[in-house]
Amino acid sequence: MNTMLKKIVSSNLIGGKQGAFGLAMLAALIFIILPVGVDIFRLNLVGKYLTYAFVAVSLVLLWGNGGILSLGQGIFFGLGGYGMAMFMKLEASDPISTKIQTTPGIPDFMDWNQLTAIPWFWEPFNSLTLTIIAILVIPAAFAYLIGFAMFKRRVGGVYFAIITQAIALILSILIVGQQGLTGGVNGITDLKTVLGWDTRTDTAKYILYYLNGILLFGSIFLSRYILSSKFGMLLLAMRDKEERVRFSGYDVSDFKIFIFCVAAMISAVGGAMFTLQVGFMSPSFVGIVPSIEMVIFAAVGGRASLIGAVYGTLLVNYGKTFFSETYPELWLFLMGGLFMAVVMFFPNGIAGLWDKYARKIKFLNKIYEDEKPVAETSATPVNAEEIGAKA
Amino acid sequence: MFGYSIADISNIVVMQGFSGLSMFTVLLLMALGLAIIFGQMGVINMAHGEFMAIGAYTTVMISKVAVTYGFVSYYFVFAILIAFILAFAAGYFVEFIMIRHLYKRPLDTLLATWGLSLVMQQIFRSTFGAKEVSAELPEWMLGSFNPTPDIDIPINGVFVMVLAMVVTAGVYLFMFRSRWGLRVRATVQNRVMAGAVGINTQKVDRVTFALGCGIAGIAGAAFTTIASTGPTTGTLYIVDSFMVVVFGGAASLMGTIASAFGIAQAQSILQFFMSSSMGKVSTLLVIVGILMLKPEGLFASKLRK
Repeated sequence: MNTMLKKIVSSNLIGGKQGAFGLAMLAALIFIILPVGVDIFRLNLVGKYLTYAFVAVSLVLLWGNGGILSLGQGIFFGLGGYGMAMFMKLEASDPISTKIQTTPGIPDFMDWNQLTAIPWFWEPFNSLTLTIIAILVIPAAFAYLIGFAMFKRRVGGVYFAIITQAIALILSILIVGQQGLTGGVNGITDLKTVLGWDTRTDTAKYILYYLNGILLFGSIFLSRYILSSKFGMLLLAMRDKEERVRFSGYDVSDFKIFIFCVAAMISAVGGAMFTLQVGFMSPSFVGIVPSIEMVIFAAVGGRASLIGAVYGTLLVNYGKTFFSETYPELWLFLMGGLFMAVVMFFPNGIAGLWDKYARKIKFLNKIYEDEKPVAETSATPVNAEEIGAKA
Repeated sequence: MFGYSIADISNIVVMQGFSGLSMFTVLLLMALGLAIIFGQMGVINMAHGEFMAIGAYTTVMISKVAVTYGFVSYYFVFAILIAFILAFAAGYFVEFIMIRHLYKRPLDTLLATWGLSLVMQQIFRSTFGAKEVSAELPEWMLGSFNPTPDIDIPINGVFVMVLAMVVTAGVYLFMFRSRWGLRVRATVQNRVMAGAVGINTQKVDRVTFALGCGIAGIAGAAFTTIASTGPTTGTLYIVDSFMVVVFGGAASLMGTIASAFGIAQAQSILQFFMSSSMGKVSTLLVIVGILMLKPEGLFASKLRK
């Protein structure tokens, strides 16, 4: 039993004692401390933040470890969220509860926009199975399309960032513009049930919160698995010296496309969980601003650290809620200042600070000693020579 | 086509084409600054729109002063100058404080300047209020002239167009006909060699960045003649301007002009025939599509990579 435990702990998935400690702390926070410590309203809010953490985790894969900065992760979050929202909206729009409409049985915003039938692309979302498949497959297929077009032609770095940003803009304008098909700027609202199960009760909220947490850990494990494999090493090598990997005979673009698709799927799961927990989906989670904000969550947490990304998301969003409730004027200053400070002074984010100072605490040092660094922490994305050159 | 006669269509195209020209000038002025900063230095300045807003707010403030002291008819000349100087100074300062530490991490300049843009937006909001403000236009700039009874061309549009042409010519002269431009291009092509032959590359960087911001300031001054200014005005144009620069081929002046023209015209004319959002969506889609086929942009400089 003991050897088995040791084997599990030392596996790449857990990342040794150090990785196990980090995971255990995060699990304790998400599954025990927060649910016990805060009321259900606040917990629901935390659940909402944790759905952004999916995107932050996907960005750690893509950007922190792959060197591909996507400013369009909101696209995939949105695709996932809208998929779930379409399913829930169709369920909420049964002929009985919509009988005051001109055409009963279609979503209310379609009725307001003089539509008389459900558009063809809404049809698959009548089935939960198809919806779940769509939530995973559509974003991945879309990412494949974008990735194929860009990476095969060796568009990378800054250009990739700008083009994904433009695609995020296109999608959000499209959603706002096509009010009859998408609910427009208000998004898809009044989502209440999944297969008759009311998602607004306290019990349901607890269940969804835990489901969200489990899926988030699933995403972290999946990412860990990818990063600790040979593919993960290649990813790091591509980030640091892409040409050299190419000259070694690897097709860099295929790896990039693959990781972009995985990141898209993880983000989409976050979007679907968002809709389930919050009860609506709107274009304000698709466009440029949310996409960049999510990059910031990852940057604050530490761009190469999967666990750091979760803390970064929680911290920034907590700050956002706290300050916009108490000092709304100050919030943008703080948020802007935080971006600049993190980028300039702490490019490895919270995770970087943790690595630096945790060893000074005696109790932690005991856990950390004799540990060879795990993939996650050894991969310092911004090395000192780069930032400290002039400073 | 859509129940319009041929004469209607040609009038619509001329008038929409002209309203496209106003947008073209703002986009061009924005993109010129960006083309210098991004095309030459590789820095992604997400706060570029806010530098434009500095110019716009400066112009609005000066117009208020001009109304009080009665020099409304010619304040605009000062406004353009002061807008340029203020934006230039702000750019100089930002380069010194922040950008120069990030040259080796171009993607990080994007995040840091995004943070900067948030801070600047909040500064505008706290100083000038959340409401949009507009400049008092001098009388000669209002009104329009009609070459034929059906065509109506606003004078302010003509004015900003002339302004844009002057600035473009100025940028061309600066970049390709002056000592300074020579230094800038030398630094871009080979930083180490440029340093070795005695060019102060740090100073060149700073002035180049500041110049790009200064031109954004002029764009802001031009902007006040066609629309009102709010704290988030800059963000409306930032993606479009980046698309202009990338689409035109990052380091090419001709490309920037051509793509600004193409994008502005396409949007303006399409927006008449489709809804405003679909016009924008289809324009952007076409650009993204073309960029996927031809990632180096329309007028790529022939470089070996």
